[in-house]
Amino acid sequence: MPFTLFDKLKVLADAAKYDASCASSGAPKRKARSGGLGSSTGAGICHAFTPDGRCVSLLKILLTNYCLFDCSYCINRRSSNVPRARFSVDEVVKLTIEFYKRNYIEGLFLSSGIIRSADYTMEQMMLVAKKLRRDHGFAGYIHLKSIPEASPWLIEQAGLWADRLSINVELPKQASLQKLAPEKNGATIKHAMGQMRERIAEAKEEKRWFSPAGQSTQIIIGADSSTDLDVLKSSTDLYGTYKLKRVYYSAFSPISDASSILPVEAPPLAREHRLYQADWLLRHYEFSIGDLTDAADDGMLDLAIDPKLAWALKHRAQFPLDVNRAAREMLLRVPGLGKRAVDQIISSRRHQRLRAEDIRRLSPGFKRAMPFLVTADHRPTMTLDRLDLRQRIVPPRQLELFG
Amino acid sequence: MTTIELKPGADLDGFRSAIRWLTTKDVSPAEVNWRVSALPDTVLKLNGADAPPVVLPAAVLQLSKIIVCHSDPERYALLHSLIWRIRHGERHLLEVASDPIVNRLSRMRKAVARDIHHMHAYLRFHRVRNEGSERFVAWFEPQHFILDEAVPFFVSRFPSFEWSILTPIGARHWNLHALTCGGPAQKPDLSAQDDFENAWIDYYRSTFNPARTNVKLMQAEMPKKYWANMPEAAAIPELVRGAADRVQSMLAASPSMSNTRIPDRAVKRSTNTTPASLEELNAIIKATEPFVAGGRTAVLGEGPMRPAIAFVGEQPGDQEDLQGRPFVGPAGQVFDRALAEAGIAREEAYVTNAVKHFKFTERGKRRIHQKPTMGEIKHYRWWLQEELSFVQPKLVVALGASAAFALAGRPVAITRERGPMTFSSWPGVVTIHPSFILRVEDSGAADQEFKRFVADLRVAAELSSPAPSA
Repeated sequence: MPFTLFDKLKVLADAAKYDASCASSGAPKRKARSGGLGSSTGAGICHAFTPDGRCVSLLKILLTNYCLFDCSYCINRRSSNVPRARFSVDEVVKLTIEFYKRNYIEGLFLSSGIIRSADYTMEQMMLVAKKLRRDHGFAGYIHLKSIPEASPWLIEQAGLWADRLSINVELPKQASLQKLAPEKNGATIKHAMGQMRERIAEAKEEKRWFSPAGQSTQIIIGADSSTDLDVLKSSTDLYGTYKLKRVYYSAFSPISDASSILPVEAPPLAREHRLYQADWLLRHYEFSIGDLTDAADDGMLDLAIDPKLAWALKHRAQFPLDVNRAAREMLLRVPGLGKRAVDQIISSRRHQRLRAEDIRRLSPGFKRAMPFLVTADHRPTMTLDRLDLRQRIVPPRQLELFG
Repeated sequence: MTTIELKPGADLDGFRSAIRWLTTKDVSPAEVNWRVSALPDTVLKLNGADAPPVVLPAAVLQLSKIIVCHSDPERYALLHSLIWRIRHGERHLLEVASDPIVNRLSRMRKAVARDIHHMHAYLRFHRVRNEGSERFVAWFEPQHFILDEAVPFFVSRFPSFEWSILTPIGARHWNLHALTCGGPAQKPDLSAQDDFENAWIDYYRSTFNPARTNVKLMQAEMPKKYWANMPEAAAIPELVRGAADRVQSMLAASPSMSNTRIPDRAVKRSTNTTPASLEELNAIIKATEPFVAGGRTAVLGEGPMRPAIAFVGEQPGDQEDLQGRPFVGPAGQVFDRALAEAGIAREEAYVTNAVKHFKFTERGKRRIHQKPTMGEIKHYRWWLQEELSFVQPKLVVALGASAAFALAGRPVAITRERGPMTFSSWPGVVTIHPSFILRVEDSGAADQEFKRFVADLRVAAELSSPAPSA
């Protein structure tokens, strides 16, 4: 090997950075046993942020970026001319332990290109996790990117050591997958997710360890022609059918040595941001796909305003709401009011009638919320009917944020 | 005007005594002047210690514990106002989140929590070589008096090496056994070379995606005040400066031709992962860890290929685990006796288990069998299916509920469904596990059960023998 461990780290970190997921949350709380290393608080910690604003929580690397597959959106596809490298199991273990001891990371997020066979690759990844847990008493977070083509028994083994398993669905539509990732098979991916879902549920029931932080996935945005609603529908299916903890959206980003069949342009970051907001509304604000269809135009979310505001502007008849009386699920639909603010409003209004000043103290989104709210001293009927309401709430320069 | 002196930093004890004393004397917040002093007024301490405890909602006590850590000099006065109002008619004050004082305290609480979180996130340990052994030292500058709240996290995370955390408001040292406190510290010299620190900076550079540059977002999450003590932050200016050029060159570069041949055959092979023979499958099973901590070895099935009958038991027991063969313990002896009585030659049948590892609890020197859970049986189910597809028996006998569950893919009640049953691709028979007979205490009843077991085996033998052509 002409490469040192540290040279390889540069190649294999660069190769791994297009995976959006970095969360270290959801693991059972635990402390290091005597002689061991690591703990988990359940909430996850971001140990640094890079200038792209993304968090560094886990050491996110590939075991190798050699790959037999040729997925056109991927920097590591076999036809790409990027430099290649490969870690040994022990090298990954060493890096994880040394970084962890310096408090740089919460744990490891290991993925890999497929070499030799799906089983061989998956087994090597599983061995890293097993070695960390068994030989080093490592109680930090381990996320393994599973290979759906690997034998079921390997997934069963991986879940014994990892906090989270994930399989990327990559593209929202099967047709796109066929075109852009010819070696991948949507049915195989879904089958493996189904198997993990079942094991995770059983283990929880029987109080055993099996990927206790659940499973997650990633969908690439902007590499195919899927609309936002296509994406959100497939997420709803993933949350519902496969009980995923998270669906990550990753704006397709220009890569060095790009494939000729993909758009070469800046990543659609604004679109990614709006999808995350919509996803959040689905999971935490009791919005349905139908509501989001209303909020969108031709299946695409408005890039200039958040989907909750977009929905409210199209349903002005349901507003204004009286903060001192409205039901919780309706208050959750007010633009600018978060879950926390709504709970505080409900708790406060039991003891006093709320005025505009109170809402200002409780919610940083006060300005956006007020046209939709009635308080003891404020009634916005005039504002709510104005044609230029949208411009008054969001001055047009907002877009630049994601330029 | 009453002046109350408390120790510098987070003086929760001092504040508690003060509140007791102020409450007994019914002093209102307007009449109190809170001060910090290195040698607080001892008279008050004595009086406070004698004063009866003040009854307050638990939420107020929790809030006080955090608020005293805040660096705001008004923290004690604010808490006193809150407690005064709660004791004078506003019992539920904490629920009124919109109240100016409650709101301010809640923001202070958040600030302290954020500071603790930032310490957990952004503190960096530097390795200091110390005559062969390793020590780690960190320098951190917290915004609030959070050491006692924040440091236990590091003890539970890093118990097995020695470390020191130095800060301008005090130091904490871990010696593998206990945490000791030290006074305010000076920034130490941490310039000693560490390969892994350099590797970390390289990692930080490599994991940054220039096409997504968003400096504002980074700074909102990782405020500049922490950068001085984070080695990777030194790379930020250069990364931000170079980002636009890097993206431009990626967008401008036309796709290059691949210099890789198309490895069609290797790709095909890569996804074909099913073992090609029983030997290959057995090698995998043998090399795999038990799904629950237990037996020393995987006990594999044994017997000829293409047999008339394959028997599937539950899991190996103590003897099976020691000898590495299925059905050789006490239940195995019952099984052998029953086979003989039913006229089945064991060496002509295939014998295996649904679960391949012994699961037990230790009681003294004895290893007591534990029933596998449904989930565990399912973990092994894929192997059993593969195994039977290699062995190709004419008929499969499920010995007991675990085997029946593994074969049928659903819970089977032996008492109700005993007898012939089709398992997805095989004709089969469901019967009891021979260990059941060992557990029947009454010897007459045990004989009866044995006879019924033999009768089931006869049915299996009959169903598996070549049908006379009609």
